[in-house]
Amino acid sequence: MLKKDQPPLLFETSRPGRRIAVAPPLDVPERPIDDLIPARHRADTPPPLPELGELDVVRHYTNLSSFNMAIDANFYPLGSCTMKYNPKRNERLAALPGLAGLHPYQDESSIQGMLQLLSELQELLGEIAGLPAVSLQPAAGAQGELTALMVAAAAFRDRGERRTTVLVPDSAHGTNPASAQLAGFQAVTVKSDARGLVDLDDFRAKLTDEVGVFMITNPNTVGLFDPQIGTIARWLHDRGALLYLDGANMNAILGVVRPGDMGVDLMHYNPHKTFSGPHGGGGPGAGPIAVRDDLAPYLPSPVVGRRDDGTFFLDHDRPKAIGRVRAFFGNVGVLVRAYCYIRSQGPEGLKAVAQHAVLNANYLLALVKHAYPVPMGERCMHEFVASARALARDRGVRAMDIGKRLIDYGFHAPTVYFPLIVSEALMIEPTETESRETLEAFARALLAIAEEDPDLLHRAPLTTPISRPDEVAAAKRPVLRWSPSPVEPSATSDRGPRTVPSF
Amino acid sequence: MDPKDLKYTPSHEWVKVDGDVATIGISAFAVEQLTDLIMIDLAKAKPGTTLSAGDPFGEVESVKSVNDLYAPISGEVIEVNPAVEANVAAIGEDPFGSGWILKLRPSNAEAELAQLLDYDAYQKKIAEDAH
Repeated sequence: MLKKDQPPLLFETSRPGRRIAVAPPLDVPERPIDDLIPARHRADTPPPLPELGELDVVRHYTNLSSFNMAIDANFYPLGSCTMKYNPKRNERLAALPGLAGLHPYQDESSIQGMLQLLSELQELLGEIAGLPAVSLQPAAGAQGELTALMVAAAAFRDRGERRTTVLVPDSAHGTNPASAQLAGFQAVTVKSDARGLVDLDDFRAKLTDEVGVFMITNPNTVGLFDPQIGTIARWLHDRGALLYLDGANMNAILGVVRPGDMGVDLMHYNPHKTFSGPHGGGGPGAGPIAVRDDLAPYLPSPVVGRRDDGTFFLDHDRPKAIGRVRAFFGNVGVLVRAYCYIRSQGPEGLKAVAQHAVLNANYLLALVKHAYPVPMGERCMHEFVASARALARDRGVRAMDIGKRLIDYGFHAPTVYFPLIVSEALMIEPTETESRETLEAFARALLAIAEEDPDLLHRAPLTTPISRPDEVAAAKRPVLRWSPSPVEPSATSDRGPRTVPSF
Repeated sequence: MDPKDLKYTPSHEWVKVDGDVATIGISAFAVEQLTDLIMIDLAKAKPGTTLSAGDPFGEVESVKSVNDLYAPISGEVIEVNPAVEANVAAIGEDPFGSGWILKLRPSNAEAELAQLLDYDAYQKKIAEDAH
């Protein structure tokens, strides 16, 4: 099979009687099936499974996996997602039997090593945040947001305050307003100004006594550090409200700026973006949160405590805690990777992570800005948002077309059409792990695409088995489960009538 | 409808008042920006609902994004276009005609229409957005 060919489905490769294992002849007395499994427990017909040899199956899945774009194979500048390379060392350490083989119901005395690791991770995350109280429980960044907002709500209740509103900038990740809503607040949008920063006039107008929390991402999703953060924190604190940091972009400021020093009261980390947790696959993930000292009593239980004799324990005796947000201790495997990453980088290494993330993004910005203007300025933090609106206007080439064509050049597309405040947005985050040569190769591809024939770009990608899936049909009439057609497979290459969708 | 006879919001809705009926839709430019439409949610715009100018009355989702729809003027909802509710792609086929979305009985049409953009002002706005 050639790489550009569309691989057949296993049902199409199926041939009657083909098997991986062939059972030897029966050498014990045969018993009627009704004696073994009563008819009422049996299906009327066998399940419609394809009949295949082992090599058919291995080739099928190996070839499918080679169609994937992955950081181990391709540059992956997906803005906001921080698709950096995760050192394999952390995978190896997390897989050590003494760590991976633990059971959460083991006696505390037999898991002192793991508890020490988690306790140290709490301290490390608290130190990096400048916010000393940490919960490792949340299982994803968005659950960290929700947990922190529930902690804030518990604090307001405890103080007898009624605060019903959470303010969210219009450039925020969509999870921010969703978390606010889920935690029982009403989310109110604050506008960005022409620079892409928080519009202070709009912020002040919406900052009423009802406001409990302002959720900011800093640096924000257009890749800018908002220098107004000190003023924003002061205005909030003057009214008894809290400042929340969405820590999605911590790789831009690690070891350089501590959120606590900016006036942040609560934050979450995304270990998969910042500390080499695995990306994607729907988890398992982790979204630890760090909060100011006086919010510590409300953090979920348990937290890891340390006794005077130096032993560690799970502290459940915390009467003001909001309860559990995740079974046991969250997804410990991800936390182990974060611990290994932080310890192997060390303080200077973490600072270098931020410096390289910012340097790489600015270098790439400088290489492409003449063809892809950057509306929010010519300097950025760890990512930047270019706009294809001039190309769209003059040549009918849109951000989506550019993203699709990059696949032909062997690069994953950047994030497109986000954030919503930039039209024809191409959100590019090279991350700290890429070399100068890779950045230059990607810039050459982007510049070449800007000169290519619009008709070709509308048809891209041209080197993949499937070019442009029908996204409307996929959204409106999703086929969530295939089942093979009862028609016997034929040898022709026309797959249409052989498989039918079933819902 | 002739796009030149319509009034527009900066958020790309259009409105045409004819006697005591106002017809509302989204512009061809908005449809082009949204690209392929997937669905529309008009649950907030049931007939009998009173909307104030600027109120969100629904959401339209495309393969690119989800966008709120805002009432250009105030009034009571009389009718939702059944063709659009049944198939949102009907908007794209004729955004200024059979792809209308909502009909209102306006409560303060004259004053509110004066606040909206006319055709030339709207064309100027979308040209600026493209720069």
